[in-house]
Formats: sequence, structure tokens, C-alpha cells
Amino acid sequence: MWKFFHQMASPPYFYRLAATLIPWFAIPGLILIAYGAYAGLFLVSMDYQQGDAFRIIYVHVPSAYLSMMAYMMMAVGGGIGLIWRLKLAHAVGAAAAPLGAAFTFLALVTGSIWGRPMWGTWWEWGDPRLTSELILLFLYFGYMALRSSIDDTAKADKASAVLALVGVVNVVIVHFSVEWWSSLHQGQTVFKKGTMDADMRIPLFAMLIGFSFVFGAMLLRRLRTEVLFRERRTRWVRELVLSPEGGK
Amino acid sequence: MDSSNLQQPGIFAGLLAIIRRDLLLAWKRPGDVLNPLFFFAMVCTLFPLAVGPSAEQLTFSGPGVLWVAALLSTLLSLNSLFMSDYEDGSLDQMLVSPQPLPVLALGKTIAHWLISGFPLVLISPLLAMTYRMPSAVMGILMLTLLLGTISLSLLGSIGAALTVGLHRGTALLSLLILPLAMPILLLGANTVSLAAANDVYGTGIWALGAYAIASISLAPYATAAALRISNE
Amino acid sequence: MEALAMGGYGAYVWSCFGLAFIVTVVIEWRGRVRHNEIYRDIEVRIKALEERE
Repeated sequence: MWKFFHQMASPPYFYRLAATLIPWFAIPGLILIAYGAYAGLFLVSMDYQQGDAFRIIYVHVPSAYLSMMAYMMMAVGGGIGLIWRLKLAHAVGAAAAPLGAAFTFLALVTGSIWGRPMWGTWWEWGDPRLTSELILLFLYFGYMALRSSIDDTAKADKASAVLALVGVVNVVIVHFSVEWWSSLHQGQTVFKKGTMDADMRIPLFAMLIGFSFVFGAMLLRRLRTEVLFRERRTRWVRELVLSPEGGK
Repeated sequence: MDSSNLQQPGIFAGLLAIIRRDLLLAWKRPGDVLNPLFFFAMVCTLFPLAVGPSAEQLTFSGPGVLWVAALLSTLLSLNSLFMSDYEDGSLDQMLVSPQPLPVLALGKTIAHWLISGFPLVLISPLLAMTYRMPSAVMGILMLTLLLGTISLSLLGSIGAALTVGLHRGTALLSLLILPLAMPILLLGANTVSLAAANDVYGTGIWALGAYAIASISLAPYATAAALRISNE
Repeated sequence: MEALAMGGYGAYVWSCFGLAFIVTVVIEWRGRVRHNEIYRDIEVRIKALEERE
């Protein structure tokens, strides 16, 4: 078992493994998304309260899910990197942050567009989830800003890992405090925990799993970039570049 | 020479020593105490100038404005938390000292709070008065600010330790700390608003207290880790 | 055509799906561009070193 992890974490091995794994994530992911989007847009009958506007759920919820997932990965990767000094774990944080920020942005914008016909306004401060998501976006900005302002990669890795770990505790506090706050102001929420019909739920699950797979493929590709950059002065990268088939 | 003969001060003595040192340093440079206070007072002045002196509006937005001003002024003073120690090399001494680093970090943060957070709590009723806050609510305001500024100082010490020695430290520090500080602001300002509206406000106080206790016990470790990373 | 109009909500629904598509494609494309840039930099440096030897 340990040997397997060791091998996985060895940069040249991971660089090659990731390249073979990417299609295994990307293709099923894209198929699931294609099915989920088609079913969500055309097959599922409309919600009796929200009409066809509820179909936004099929992009909003997976984006919101990935925005939190990516932050968790940053924190877990940072923790593993700090404790076991695994460079690859730190690279996960560097690779996941821009993706997480992009999905947070998507969750915010789709939530806002959804809110327009439902609340009659593009932004409703009373909605706890949108507010938490906005704070999450700021947390991503802080993380990326800290990373980019430290030139030494090893130092940037450790410093941003500490920030991600502090931030992940904070995300939980943000969640509960914002819930409490919006309950004071009788925040109206579109995304209430109602019951969903099975035929509405199945495309949503397809979208959730499909988004996760595509995210995995995007993350692996970014991890390859990180590994290549971090190992640019090593012998295996030299051999890779000089080999006749190249190593893009 | 037998090293066990060297009298090793205890952890508590070390904590007190570093607090006393920082307070003495602040005494020699009163600007460190006064600048955040002036800043706090000035932000509180800006608001009525911008939205007009209507009593109704001021009572309504007073808690929020006072809390935002307190948050910003704490943030402003945080930048200097480890700066001078970093520049004159005393930070290196702390890193190699036999005292546990989290204790030293806690000591520095307590001193920072005594210098910049606590005076702010003390003058807050004066500014609250200009916002026509009822005197019964001022106690709640001071209590939330007391608990909140402790948490803010501790949280900020992590950010200050992460950014010490970086060129664009100040702007970066705000970017790191503001999203982390939002729950404190939210709990504090809303608790005061609830109290002003004669509503039940207990939850916020308990939550702020829990936040303060959790940050006293956890933040020094993160600060110490961040200091070690920044000074490698 | 009626299915595309989404009972008047078409603009909202389609802009959400479209935006999700665009954001994902742009971020993936930028990632690839960066990968190729880094690879080319390394290649240039290593080839230059090779020639000097």
C-alpha cells in the first residue's frame, strides 16, 4: 500500500499516469453532462412553482458543490503537504484554487440569474447561500493572492496551506453565522429544501457526477503543469524534453 | 558548566515578559496606540457626513458603522504586529528561543490587543452616543467589541505572520483577513442591532464568546507555524 | 421553438447553461496555454544547454 502511494507521488510517474487518466475522467464526465443537460432542459417537466426557471438548478447546484469541494481539496492537500512534506499534495492546492474560484464564480452568477425572475432582483443579500458563496470567492482570491506574492515555491506552498486550513474552519463558521443572520431578516430563499421528484433528481445526480469527473480531468491537467514547472530543473524532465516523442 | 543551573523562566513568565516588552515599546511610540483610535473615530465621522444627520438613520445604522470602523482600524494596526521585530532581528531570536513559539505569538497578540483593541472598546460608547445609541445598548456594544476585537487580533496575527517580510504586505493582509473576519463582524453588529431593537440577542454573544475562546486556543499555533514558514 | 423559450424564462436558463459552458472552456483553454508555455520555456532552456556542451 505504502509503496503504491510512494510511486504515485513520484513526479515522473505521476506525470505519465495523469496523462493516461485524463480521458478516463473527461469522457464519462462529458457523457453524463450531455445526458444531464439534455434531460434537465427538455425531458423533465417544469416545476409547478417556478416554471421552467428551476432548470437553472442543473448548473447552479453542481457549480456550488464543486466550489466547496475544491476548497476542501486545497485544505486537505495543504494539510497532507505540511504533515508528510509531500510536494504533490501542495501542488493540488495550487492547481485546485483557480478551478475552485471559477466554479464559485459560476455558482454566484447562476444563482444571481436564477434570483432575477424569482426575487425580482439580481442580488438578494438575504439569501444565505449566495452570501456564503460570495465570501468563499473572496477566500479563493486571498489564497491565490498569497500564493502569487511569494516567489519561493516551497514557501508559498506552506504559507498557503496554513491559510487554506484556517479558511476551511472559517467556511463552516461562515455557513452557520450567515444562516443565523438571514433567519433574523427573514431571508427569502429560492433554494429551499423541498422534495424533488425522482425524474427531476436523476438528471441532477448525472450533472453532479459529470461535473465532478470533468473537474477531475481539469485538475489532473493542471497538476501536470504544476509538476512540470516544479521539476523543471530535474533530470527526468530533461530526458522527457529531449526524448524523440516529447512529453507535452 | 552544567546547563541545568541556568534558570529557565516558565512559560507564563515568558508570556508576561513579552507582553511587558511590547507594551513598553508602545509607550515609547504613542502613535501606535493613537493612530488606530483616530482612524476609528474618523471612519465613524465619515458616515453621518455621507448620509446626512437624520437621527432615525443614525440609530438604525449605528451598530453596523461602529463595527465596520472597529474592524478596519484593527486591520490597519495589524500590519505592524511583527514588522519591527522582523526588521531588527528580534523575530529570529524568538524563533530560536527555548520558549514555545505559540506562547510568544500569543503574548505579542495580547499586547497588540491591549494597545489597539482595548482602547477602541473603551472609546466606543463615546462614538455610540453621537449615533444616539441608548445607554442600555452601549454595554452590549462594548461586550461584543471586547470579544470581537480579541478574535480579530488573534485571527489577524495569523495573517500578519503569513505576510511578514512580503513587499505588498498591507494590501495582501487585508485581502487575507477580511473574508475570515466577516463572521465576527456579522455576529457583533447584528447582536448590537438586536439589542437596540429590544430583541433577543443572547445567541450572538455566546457565539462571539465561543469564537474568542476557540481563537485564543488555536490561533497561536497557526501564527507560530506561519512565522516559521515566513522566516525560513 | 416553444421548448427553447422555456415559458418566458428562456433568457435566464440559456444564459446560465451558456455561461457555464464558456467559463469551463475558457479556464481549461487557459490551463493548456500555460502548460504549453511552460513546456516551451523548459525546452528552449534545455536545448540551449545541450548545444553549449
